Amino acid sequence: MGRYILRRLLQMIPTLLAVAALIFLIFSVLPGSFAGTMTGGGRRALSPELVAQINAQFGLDKPLPVRFWDYLVRLAQFDLGTSFRTREPVVDLIAARIWPSLQLALSAMALAVTVGIPLGFLAAMRPGSLLDSITMIGAVSGLSMPQFWLGLLLMYVFALQLGWLPSFGYGDGRLRNLILPAIALGFAPLALLARTTRAGVLEVMGSDHIRTAMAKGTSPAQMIRWHVLRNVMVLIVTTLGLQIGSLLGQALVIEKLFSWPGLGSLMVDSVAIRDIPVVQGTILVIVLWFLVINVLVDVIYAVIDPRISLR
Amino acid sequence: MRMPFRLNLTLGLALVSLVILGAVFAPLLTPHDPILDADLMNSEMPPSWDHWFGTDSQGRDVFARVLYGARVSLTIGIVAQAINSTIGIALGLSAGYWGGWWDDVVNGLTNLMLAIPSLVFALAIMAVLGPGVPSLLIALGLTNWSWSCRITRSAVMSLKSQGYVQAARTLGYGDIRIMLTQLLPNIVGPVLVMATLGIGEAVLAEAALSFLGLGIRPPAPSWGNMLTDAREAIRSVPWATIFPGLAVFVTVLGFNLLGDGMRDWLDPRMQVRA
Repeated sequence: MGRYILRRLLQMIPTLLAVAALIFLIFSVLPGSFAGTMTGGGRRALSPELVAQINAQFGLDKPLPVRFWDYLVRLAQFDLGTSFRTREPVVDLIAARIWPSLQLALSAMALAVTVGIPLGFLAAMRPGSLLDSITMIGAVSGLSMPQFWLGLLLMYVFALQLGWLPSFGYGDGRLRNLILPAIALGFAPLALLARTTRAGVLEVMGSDHIRTAMAKGTSPAQMIRWHVLRNVMVLIVTTLGLQIGSLLGQALVIEKLFSWPGLGSLMVDSVAIRDIPVVQGTILVIVLWFLVINVLVDVIYAVIDPRISLR
Repeated sequence: MRMPFRLNLTLGLALVSLVILGAVFAPLLTPHDPILDADLMNSEMPPSWDHWFGTDSQGRDVFARVLYGARVSLTIGIVAQAINSTIGIALGLSAGYWGGWWDDVVNGLTNLMLAIPSLVFALAIMAVLGPGVPSLLIALGLTNWSWSCRITRSAVMSLKSQGYVQAARTLGYGDIRIMLTQLLPNIVGPVLVMATLGIGEAVLAEAALSFLGLGIRPPAPSWGNMLTDAREAIRSVPWATIFPGLAVFVTVLGFNLLGDGMRDWLDPRMQVRA
């Protein structure tokens, strides 16, 4: 098991390298320069000497392949470069944002799991019932709603009208500040989980081995625990893994909306001022998170389903 | 369980038609101009007979802006997804049919695209290209083709050993001709379903990017940038937040229901799962 996990982790390296190369290339064909942005788009034009000096300071005067090689060498030493704006190491900037980001993403996921999965189960137990219809309508709505609009509405009702919760900010990580962004971010995964669980349960319930178990006189409670749950687990873990993996990226707009100090708002703010090292760094961390979660999901598969072997 | 699947298809079609008609006939449906009718004397008016969705904090008619915004959203959603589908189908068809090293390349590329959340990727591209419609089409059209590609590829891999494909080869058809005339027609269903769902995703992404100030530049109306403006004045002008968001919601819901309905229709086994 340990060797398998290690090998899977090593397999992430080529993907990460490819992402690094892609992101590097995209930002190297950038038409505007940071020195230009920093000086207010040419209105207070800097002297050419100063622009050259700024470019030299950040190593922007060297040819592209040299810059890429330097970038990779630094990357191998976990050095993501220096922020154009604050002159701080990008690693430090990102490190400060990881915990708030995880806090928000995991709270959203916890909400989705604790509400979505039971809801999907209940709906599947009585297909065609009122609860089933409401769940399915709610699920497709949740998947069609812009997250940030839901966030705005929640903000309007619960913060501005009722005054129950703060409308934005981190508030030193207090639960009060976490609730609204977590609901806004968690609603779509909740909807997807409810839908997937329902579909999975219905499919398993219709399969031969459940019919056999029923014919043998297995009680409904036992059947759900031993037969349905185990078979639906693989499907749920797949959906859950994809959702958790992409949640850091999904959170971009919600973090910005609620002024939440996570990776997403760091990326959006850095894009606005063309602080490219920070943008590159945040993308790499978001991709790394996705890849690590994928490895984790594969390991969990093997644990819950003995038919899947670790190759 | 026939009822719900018909409902999906019918309701989806109705919502999508509603939005398309609204976009096409926008000038006939409202006397107001979405940009020029800024009338500060009539700003922040609640919904009324003259202004169905009220007016925003600059006195512009929200209904007119929502209608004209539909043109932007639909154009970007449909064109961006057309680019995605074309890339996905071309790569999926060729990789599935030819296999070998090309298949490995396409597979690697697909995995790469799946690892970068598409909104993050699109944001990076918008950062490089700057706001505007052409940038949006590139950013959204190049970043969401991986699922179309996967589905096409796996369908082609199972189809290519079929008798009629072998027969076409024996008759001396070229590879491209086999792909286009023998394989493509047989995968059109799932590909159309993916495309329909993809339009919804593109509309959502455009709204998000415009909301962040990186999509459609004001004063041109887009549902996303209307929400950015409205956010500042949400306390006094809540309707300016409610209606543009509702428009995104209705549009995406329409495409999602239509996509689900089409899938159930094409694959009756999936009916219960919908």
